[in-house]
Amino acid sequence: MSNLIEGFLGKSVEGKKSRIPAKLDYWQSATGLFLALFMWGHMFFVSSILVSKDFMYSVTKMFEGVSFIDGGNPFIVSVAVAIVLTIIIIHAVLGMRKFPANYRQYRAFRTHMKMMEHEDTTLWFIQAFTGFAMFFLASAHLFIMLTKPETIGPFGSADRMITDWMWPIYLLLLLAVEFHGSIGLYRLSVKWGWFEGSDAKVTRANLKKVKWAITAFFLILGLTTLAAYMKIGLEHRDHAGQRFQPTAMIIQHANSIIYSKNQNIDMNTETPFRALVARNFSGIHFQGKGV
Amino acid sequence: MGRMITIKALKYNPNSKVSRAHFAEYQLEETDGMTLFVALSKIREELDHDLSFDFVCRAGICGSCGMMVNGTPKLACRTLTRDYENGVIQLMPMPAFKLIKDLSVNTGEWMEGMSKRVESWVHTNEVPDFTKLEKPIDPQVAEDTFELDRCVECGICVAACGTKLMRPDFVGAVGLNRVARFRMDPHDNRTDEDFYELIGDDDGIFGCMSLLACEDNCPKHLPLQSKIAYMRRKLVALR
Ligand code: HEM
Ligand code: SF4
Ligand code: FES
Repeated sequence: MSNLIEGFLGKSVEGKKSRIPAKLDYWQSATGLFLALFMWGHMFFVSSILVSKDFMYSVTKMFEGVSFIDGGNPFIVSVAVAIVLTIIIIHAVLGMRKFPANYRQYRAFRTHMKMMEHEDTTLWFIQAFTGFAMFFLASAHLFIMLTKPETIGPFGSADRMITDWMWPIYLLLLLAVEFHGSIGLYRLSVKWGWFEGSDAKVTRANLKKVKWAITAFFLILGLTTLAAYMKIGLEHRDHAGQRFQPTAMIIQHANSIIYSKNQNIDMNTETPFRALVARNFSGIHFQGKGV
Repeated sequence: MGRMITIKALKYNPNSKVSRAHFAEYQLEETDGMTLFVALSKIREELDHDLSFDFVCRAGICGSCGMMVNGTPKLACRTLTRDYENGVIQLMPMPAFKLIKDLSVNTGEWMEGMSKRVESWVHTNEVPDFTKLEKPIDPQVAEDTFELDRCVECGICVAACGTKLMRPDFVGAVGLNRVARFRMDPHDNRTDEDFYELIGDDDGIFGCMSLLACEDNCPKHLPLQSKIAYMRRKLVALR
């Protein structure tokens, strides 16, 4: 009953203001902070492709829980995606409170922003705009990760870029996330007075510099990574859909073939073995079960 | 002889049916150390007797001369024309306040409403005993409180605030600063619960989007960012 009265009057039966707006503000920041830090980690994992396909593959397997499930299980990835997606939805619901709600508000803000040319005001607009864009961009990405986690990998992800035509979405999503996230972290700091120290104005100027450095760093890393996947995707276009086989597995398999056929061959010098490894490194892929 | 400068002022009388908003252009010779106050007075004396704008102290003390100078709110009496290199200065009245005419807006009425809204006075049950010495106050606390008391209610923080322009009921930096001032003041017995009742909603502290144009334009350089953050921390921490 008190909910009815509270909803109707806009204050509690005791005449007190609701604590919910405080909670919403808190959770807006908490989810934003989580997402921004998560995106840092995410970027480092994704950029493992810059080291090597094998490394990216082992990072993928790590998230599939290979250390405690034999061969790993991509369903674990789906669960993680579902959690992140839920947090994004909560964050987006809370963020929506701040969007211009009608044309009058939008026009007032835009006129003011263009007229005043004040950096943090403009940055807020970029944040709101990129946040809006992520409703669509992030959903597209996350839905695929949710439903097809087993396709993540050096070739699977690369094929997605080129053969499945996802690169334009990833490019836009990258720009949106990096601007939104770094502006968001800066805003969090000034909003709650973190790192304030003895001179808040000096701190803020420094935070702003750090913010731009973070934006630049992650944009460069992100664009390079995206380019790397696109390159692999182009090279692998004719074999699209085929899964990556880590070098270690190929060597192991080669060993077993050689062993079974020719027990007395010296593994380190014998040519068939070398040829196998060399073929793998030159980008020719093995087909058939287990290879 | 000084250079010629151009002042474009928005002219509009919202109370007249025939008035049409337009920019009037005035050319005048710049003098040494010319402020916008000097320039506008000269325009009114020599070029346009009908131009309305507000000034009282001419020294950045009374806070009545706020206006949009090339898009940014400033105290006109503290703004030097020589800082505008191309010599063209566009003047508009501050948004967010009721327009009286041309560059003149009613900040006073708004500030009065704000003061009432945040109950901008010391709340205490103590009855002063004039036969005894006042309780001493920590000098640092006194200084911090007076620091926030330097606000001249010019309204620049309000006119600079994109949040306020989108949402007219937003209390603005000046209101939040006022609450912070009384929270610091040991004479005031109000608790955070009491302050929550005043600004604990999306028109108050939780409506602030940290655009910080208030902080960047306040002519008194009040620590608005850190005081708003401070109130936010205190009020979010309540159970
Ligand atoms: C559909 C997706 C998203 C939408 C609609 C959205 C929307 C918003 C909006 C409108 C704000 C500004 C809130 C304010 O002015 O108080 C915001 C803040 C923020 N966002 Fe997002 N966002 C989304 C996704 C993300 C993602 C993926 C990240 C991580 C990189 C992120 C990190 C942040 C951070 C750190 C803040 C600052 C929090 C605060 O001001 O309290 N957001 N978001
Ligand atoms: S806080 Fe600063 S900008 Fe705002 S009314 Fe007071 S003096 Fe003016
Ligand atoms: S006239 Fe008093 S502050 Fe400008």
